[in-house]
Amino acid sequence: MTSGQKFFDEMRGINDVTRAPYDAYASWFQSEDPKGLIKEAKEAEAFFRRTGITFNVYGQADAEERLIPFDIVPRIISSKEWALLAKGIDQRVRAINAFLYDIYHRQEILRAGRVPKELIARNEAFLPMMMGVEPPGGIYTHIVGTDLVRTGESEFFVLEDNARTPSGVSYMLENRETMLQMFPELFSSIKVRPVAGYPTALHASLAACMPPDPSPEPTVAILTPGIHNSAYFEHAFLADNMGVELVEGSDLRVRDGRIAMRTTRGYKPIDVIYRRVDDDFLDPLNFNPGSLLGVPGIFDVYRAGRITIANAPGTGISDDKAIYSYMPDIVEFYTGENAILKNVPTWRCSEPESLAYVLDHLAELVVKEVHGSGGYGMLVGPAASRKELEQFRAKLQAKPGGYIAQPTLALSTVPILTKAGLAPRHVDLRPFALFSPNGVQLIPGGLTRVALKKGSLVVNSSQGGGTKDTWVLEDD
Amino acid sequence: MLGKTAGGLFWMFRSLERSENTARLIETGFRIALTRPGSEEWASVLKTAAADQAYTANHGAVEQSRVINFLLRDPGNPSSVMSSFSQARQNARIVRTAITREVWEAVNDAYVSLKDRLARPVPERDLPDVLAQIRQHSALVRGTLHGSMLRNDMFDFCRLGTFLERADNTARILDVKYYVLLPSVMQVGSSLDNVQWETILRSVSGVRAYNRLNHGKATPMGIADFLIFDPRMPRSLRYSVTKILSNLRMLHAEYSDWHACHDTIERLDRRLTRQTVEEVFEEGLHEFLTEFLAETGRLGAEIETDFKFTE
Repeated sequence: MTSGQKFFDEMRGINDVTRAPYDAYASWFQSEDPKGLIKEAKEAEAFFRRTGITFNVYGQADAEERLIPFDIVPRIISSKEWALLAKGIDQRVRAINAFLYDIYHRQEILRAGRVPKELIARNEAFLPMMMGVEPPGGIYTHIVGTDLVRTGESEFFVLEDNARTPSGVSYMLENRETMLQMFPELFSSIKVRPVAGYPTALHASLAACMPPDPSPEPTVAILTPGIHNSAYFEHAFLADNMGVELVEGSDLRVRDGRIAMRTTRGYKPIDVIYRRVDDDFLDPLNFNPGSLLGVPGIFDVYRAGRITIANAPGTGISDDKAIYSYMPDIVEFYTGENAILKNVPTWRCSEPESLAYVLDHLAELVVKEVHGSGGYGMLVGPAASRKELEQFRAKLQAKPGGYIAQPTLALSTVPILTKAGLAPRHVDLRPFALFSPNGVQLIPGGLTRVALKKGSLVVNSSQGGGTKDTWVLEDD
Repeated sequence: MLGKTAGGLFWMFRSLERSENTARLIETGFRIALTRPGSEEWASVLKTAAADQAYTANHGAVEQSRVINFLLRDPGNPSSVMSSFSQARQNARIVRTAITREVWEAVNDAYVSLKDRLARPVPERDLPDVLAQIRQHSALVRGTLHGSMLRNDMFDFCRLGTFLERADNTARILDVKYYVLLPSVMQVGSSLDNVQWETILRSVSGVRAYNRLNHGKATPMGIADFLIFDPRMPRSLRYSVTKILSNLRMLHAEYSDWHACHDTIERLDRRLTRQTVEEVFEEGLHEFLTEFLAETGRLGAEIETDFKFTE
């Protein structure tokens, strides 16, 4: 990073004056003994380890369970800021759903030339088998976790849409529980909107998407790849809090044209599956034949309209980073309105002019794989060594269509507690939206990820990021 | 409930019981070794833990510190305290949605602290502490189970795992020592060599209880009666079988299905209610125990099939 660059700090603004949403918190913090707080923060870690909130990191030799570090200084959002975000996310979720319906039916947006045909046809995330399939209730994206970043007082950008299987909601819930335990007095003086209703809301939202002619009581289950998956804790956490079964592929089979789970009393049909398994692994008969995680024949049941799969197969196409660059057009096309939330300017390296620009300015840009996620396979130009830049340049030239580039955003900071006191660190925000025929429901809160290393812009937990509790304040 | 979940609960509590039993065996072996040098107790401890062959294959001669290490923390020994505890915790993760947060935290806590405590070989002077810690952890898990779980099918599967393992363990303790209880070696009614009865009773934490009930008079028949037939002794075969019977009956009441395992447990229970220790000695203690172990083995397999733990 260029030294001396000023970043927008959510607590102290640009001019080092406490911003209104942080007033009450800042005066509480002033009255606290920093040493005592550091001690409490250590206790929080012990608490997390006890409750088993750990995640497995892919690619680590012994797949040790690791803790995502938690920072005790909350990220605070005013009710006014939140209202804007909520409106923007609502619009975006509806547009994405309409886009997916269109892409898998008449493809009007391609006919209108607003999104290039090749981008869909040649895209690995596009599932031709979904063509003409009617998802129950017309819903593709039951759960969306929109990644937002902020660069100024009213500058919010959408970084990614995460319409596939967004994770992290358990941290939103557990971080809040931890804060409630550690600092109850804060919550009696500051009015923070609760997030604890998420599991109930998720259950209701999923049940509202059940197939027609279901069981009298809709049966919902969560499909997990198993205990070795990095997000297993979250799958179990959600199943537990929703009061539904946590199933693996080996628990399920097709019975009488429906999906059924093996119980102690024989097979019992399921109406809605919240799957945390990728499309490719969902059905070895219809997709990847080597998959042991899925259910043979589930896609045929889905096509017959007898099971709801959340999120629907094929939603990954809207997560694609090349599609992302068309999102303003997509929102406009389906809603007739301008996008409320801005996109980050994006160069598509598939276009020769953009590629030339990107190659010229590699050291200033962030370059991402079109299908990548989790912060893997990405280049942060300003932080990269000369050697890394050259390696990436070669990759770009070899397969330009596989990459997009964005300016290095001046991500906002929120202080974290260090031994030397408060220190600003870059953050992003992932609120969670639920979508059913009853509408979009946004939980007032989200996952705030924070880059713990000074100056770092990579917030991913797999890359050493941490999390914070996210407070949305009630109206005054 | 998912069949897999039922299996996870069953095995979670089986493994927990096993780790506690192994810890108790180590405690007994250690105590005897300290108070009766040269008693060769470790060999029979290994045999009771069904770890004698694995030990010999890996370590050869029986040597105290190696045996303790093998039983306590060797990952190559699937029934070491640490291995059993890891399996219990692995199963707890699988059934995370079926157990309460209290139970999960107790198991996870225990795992985290044992893993730390058993990261290196335990020096002899720390052994009593470590073993006490294991006992406390087990008690805590059991306590959270009793205090926080609904009394439904999930609870029944936890209990089935516990008591099947316990019955198995007590039967094995007796079987390894059956020769010292044989009337041919010891006259009926005569006193047993102190070491021998102490070992048996210590392995089931039953020294004081036995002495209280029998005024300190240790006879082969008395001890066998206590461990096989006494309905008040929480580690006796009879007690374990009664518990299994009651949990399987509860499952029958909840599911209204009658399975092969129900027939087996009724048969076992009838035997233990009707037979006397005299008849067992007549039939042959070893023969009796061999058959008992075969029956509990069958019962375990039936429970697994009847409640669809696996496909």
